[in-house]
Amino acid sequence: MAFTIETYATTAEAARAMGADARFLAGGTLVMRDVNAGDQSFTRIIRSTDPALTAIRGTGDGISVGACVTLHQIVANPDLAFLAPVARQVGGPQVRNMGTVGGNLFAPHPYGDFTVALLAIGAKVTTAQGQKPVDDFLRDRDRSGLVTEILIPRPRDPGSFGWHKVSRTKPKGASVMSIAAYLPREGGRIRNVRIAFGAMGGHPLRATGAERALEGQSLDASTIARAAAVTLEGLSPPTDPLASEWYRREVAAVHLTRLLTRMERS
Amino acid sequence: MGKTPVTLTLNKAERAGFTDPGENLLNFLRRGLGDLSPKYGCGQGTCGACTVLIDGEPQLSCLVLAETVSGKTVNTTGGLADGAQLHALQTAFMDGFAAQCGYCTPGMLMAAKALLDRNPRPSRDEIAEAISGNLCRCTGYAPIIDAILAATGQQVQG
Amino acid sequence: MIEFRKDLFADERDDTLNEVGKPTRRQDILGHVTGRSPYFDDHLFDGLLHMRAVRSPHHHARIRRIDTAEAERMPGVVRVLTGKDVPQNLNTLLSLLDFGIDDEPLLSTDKVAYRGEPVACVIAATELQARDAVAKVRVDYEELPAVFDVEEALKPGAPTVNPVYPKNAFVYHGRYDHQKLRFGDVDAALAQADHVVEGRYQMSPIEQAPMETCGAIAAPEQNDRYVCYTSTQALFFSLGTAAKMLKMGSNRLHFIGGTVGGGFGGKVDSLHEPMAILGASLTGRPCKFAWDREEEMQVGAPRGAERWYLTDGVMNDGRIVARKFTGYFDSGAYTRLSSYAIIKGVGHLPGPYTIPNVHADVYCVFTNRTPATAMRGFGITGVDFAIEAHMDKVAEVVGMNPIDLRILNAYRDGDMKAHRRLAKNTALIECCQVAAQKAGWSIAPSSQAAASMKDGGGARAALPAHTVTDQKGLVEGFDSGSYAKKAGASAPPSPSSAQPNRPTPTPTPGQAAPAPAQARPAPQTAASSPDQPRNKPNRFSSLSGFRRR
Ligand SMILES: Cc1cc2nc3c(=O)[nH]c(=O)nc-3n(C[C@H](O)[C@H](O)[C@H](O)COP(=O)(O)OP(=O)(O)OC[C@H]3O[C@@H](n4cnc5c(N)ncnc54)[C@H](O)[C@@H]3O)c2cc1C
Repeated sequence: MAFTIETYATTAEAARAMGADARFLAGGTLVMRDVNAGDQSFTRIIRSTDPALTAIRGTGDGISVGACVTLHQIVANPDLAFLAPVARQVGGPQVRNMGTVGGNLFAPHPYGDFTVALLAIGAKVTTAQGQKPVDDFLRDRDRSGLVTEILIPRPRDPGSFGWHKVSRTKPKGASVMSIAAYLPREGGRIRNVRIAFGAMGGHPLRATGAERALEGQSLDASTIARAAAVTLEGLSPPTDPLASEWYRREVAAVHLTRLLTRMERS
Repeated sequence: MGKTPVTLTLNKAERAGFTDPGENLLNFLRRGLGDLSPKYGCGQGTCGACTVLIDGEPQLSCLVLAETVSGKTVNTTGGLADGAQLHALQTAFMDGFAAQCGYCTPGMLMAAKALLDRNPRPSRDEIAEAISGNLCRCTGYAPIIDAILAATGQQVQG
Repeated sequence: MIEFRKDLFADERDDTLNEVGKPTRRQDILGHVTGRSPYFDDHLFDGLLHMRAVRSPHHHARIRRIDTAEAERMPGVVRVLTGKDVPQNLNTLLSLLDFGIDDEPLLSTDKVAYRGEPVACVIAATELQARDAVAKVRVDYEELPAVFDVEEALKPGAPTVNPVYPKNAFVYHGRYDHQKLRFGDVDAALAQADHVVEGRYQMSPIEQAPMETCGAIAAPEQNDRYVCYTSTQALFFSLGTAAKMLKMGSNRLHFIGGTVGGGFGGKVDSLHEPMAILGASLTGRPCKFAWDREEEMQVGAPRGAERWYLTDGVMNDGRIVARKFTGYFDSGAYTRLSSYAIIKGVGHLPGPYTIPNVHADVYCVFTNRTPATAMRGFGITGVDFAIEAHMDKVAEVVGMNPIDLRILNAYRDGDMKAHRRLAKNTALIECCQVAAQKAGWSIAPSSQAAASMKDGGGARAALPAHTVTDQKGLVEGFDSGSYAKKAGASAPPSPSSAQPNRPTPTPTPGQAAPAPAQARPAPQTAASSPDQPRNKPNRFSSLSGFRRR
């Protein structure tokens, strides 16, 4: 396509310019692939130089992350140390220097590892229409318009957040699946558990069965076994060149068990 | 469709050119500015052969919209040597047989340079991590990792 | 670390060499580390045009109509090529070596037989403009049933993939629908063996995935010549192919290559040079035709899939007395190099073992998959995997250590191979011994004492007393003479118009009863120098088969 590039000084202008024929350019690691391949579905590329998009700031009980903050910036930020292991596993160094948190929210299967963590931690996404939980955002992200920031709650105990990515190539490799678990505990009991899987559906999904099995329990081998038994509830793994649906179904419980066991021991 | 002017510092020199809308930095560097050192391997960010440093950070030039580098500093393997004086990485790659077909080499060198610029004595694992965005089909990586280690003056176990 | 075992290979190396064994710099390394090595795309031309192919979305379809009108009006488009622009729009790579019939167009006009087959090519000022115009070429296809499995493709009633070979099998030597190897009497030996061990093995296609995709830039030069910078691995194949398809004297083609961003076999049978030169000759401007990564993966010719059936006859002591192969190479939609891979593979059978009775039928099969080509270990890799997996299976059946089994059956210097040449420079036994030692795997004293230079030859150098031959798979209507001559015409030869061949004479009646199959004598205990074979071996030509010396 003969593209036009539109650069706006503010997010408000950029948000108004969005439309069905437009793509917002953040890090470009996915948009530019489509441009290079001659994608015929859009003609306008929207950019914004608004500094708010690249800012990270504390907000009392959480952290506000501009949508164009790169994954490398996440790794480097001590305030977000609990998310560093997640960001560090997105692509290789070049992809992390370019790819953004906002772009990751839109990344198609098998990508979106960072969003898996955002879903588990219960982050909120800000768009022109206001704030919504990542869960709701993912349900119709195609019509969301411009995302300006992501609000990430700070876990009281960083050890209550766990991350596990399964890939065939290491250190870099797309996910066969990825798992983020948030297990806040009160008096030894798990309260408001959130487990999210990546590459196990069209977008990151919550493992509702496993969450139910863990809620209100203490984290021990038998709870983990009960959660593992219902791992697949809420997930719909696809077949792709990395792994078949069958394989993903077979190994999901194994990987969930590994992650929860590691969290139990630490 | 109009062309957009781009000015940048490429390998220490002020350079300017015109880019077509949608043109990526790799094409612009190669065809627009005549720096043929970054290579096209995939146009999808997967292979790393087009890696250049933008303001010191390794990035994939095939996935950078050319006009977004206006005012920035870009470094490529074409400017790695200081005149006739090769960079330590270049000599180490030559001595360590760290290239066969050579097509991944310019990207590898840029990824390695970015690492050494911030970490002059990296471990083997840190090197493997730093070049994990760069594919090589000839060497099996070991000679490349050895060469990067050697470039830092560290002992290569062999 | 390379360890050179003088104790095993005393005469293998001249120690006066002064480069081997010492580190050295590659001659091209300075260019590599400075980014100055000139790959095909590292040549700048003013006014360079970019070519992009319009490719079939179907695995198998008839082309009803190609409408390029809208594409031609797109911004930046200079010209859209179709098959009628190609002077000689049918080719097979090895026609340059007089092997095989032209079967593949540069731009298909009537039919596509694999997904991604090119049917048109847009030439435009920028690559993105070429891509946009590709999206506007309208091709009206009638989808046809497709076949993806080699054995399905050989069944009666299977869709014809490649009209030059209506039964979906390459024709060997103008005569058979498969390549034959006959050595001794396998069936008789199998009947006398203590065990018969069967196995089925297969290998998927493997993409070479070079870092640099295939491509070429061509430009008009002075004196009515064209310069062509190309990624080819085989400069003279590419030059010959371009000259043939463009009907242009090769002295008008100035090919420059040699700096290749990885090939591994996938850049041997390239067709982008004729396309780029055609573009340059029809527009009068420099043209680049290069694949993107998706094309490299989808239409770049891989190492083809193979399927092998093995049947071994084994004695209780582990001696393999018969080995029978049925093999299928998946050539994809066109011949390319698979036909030749089989010739090479069959020359290798039965692997590095001395087996007195060997039989192989190997088919080069056309399917609606991406045409296959060369890759490292060309023609050998798949069957070697099958053979070695099978050796382990045999070892299990006879209850033997798999390394002892290999050493017992290993070929030795002076042994007659199934392709009727004497083995020399063999080293399997020593490799097994060293591997066992390094792996801490104990082997029998007899294996320990064995040596490649000992106990070979003698009776083991003899050709089988009797070799059973047959006419299975005889095909009529394919000329066994010069393939290339037949292909001189632009239309594919119609099999019915060619001279039918006479079958080869059958064995004389007096000899009809085959001598009982003989097991190859076990290695003699006393060292002996290889005797002269009783029967003179045939000379094997890789292209035309066996000839008496
Ligand atoms: C080689 C390679 C490896 C990769 N590996 C991984 C991996 O391991 N894990 C993983 O999760 N991902 C991976 N990715 C995918 C991708 O790089 C990341 O998901 C990255 O976070 C995407 O961010 P971006 O800024 O580059 O997105 P862009 O390409 O800029 O945008 C992606 C999409 O999101 C939309 N978008 C971006 N920002 C906004 C916004 N603020 N508001 C509205 N819409 C927006 C764009 O319009 C576009 O549709 C990989 C990519 C490559 C090329």
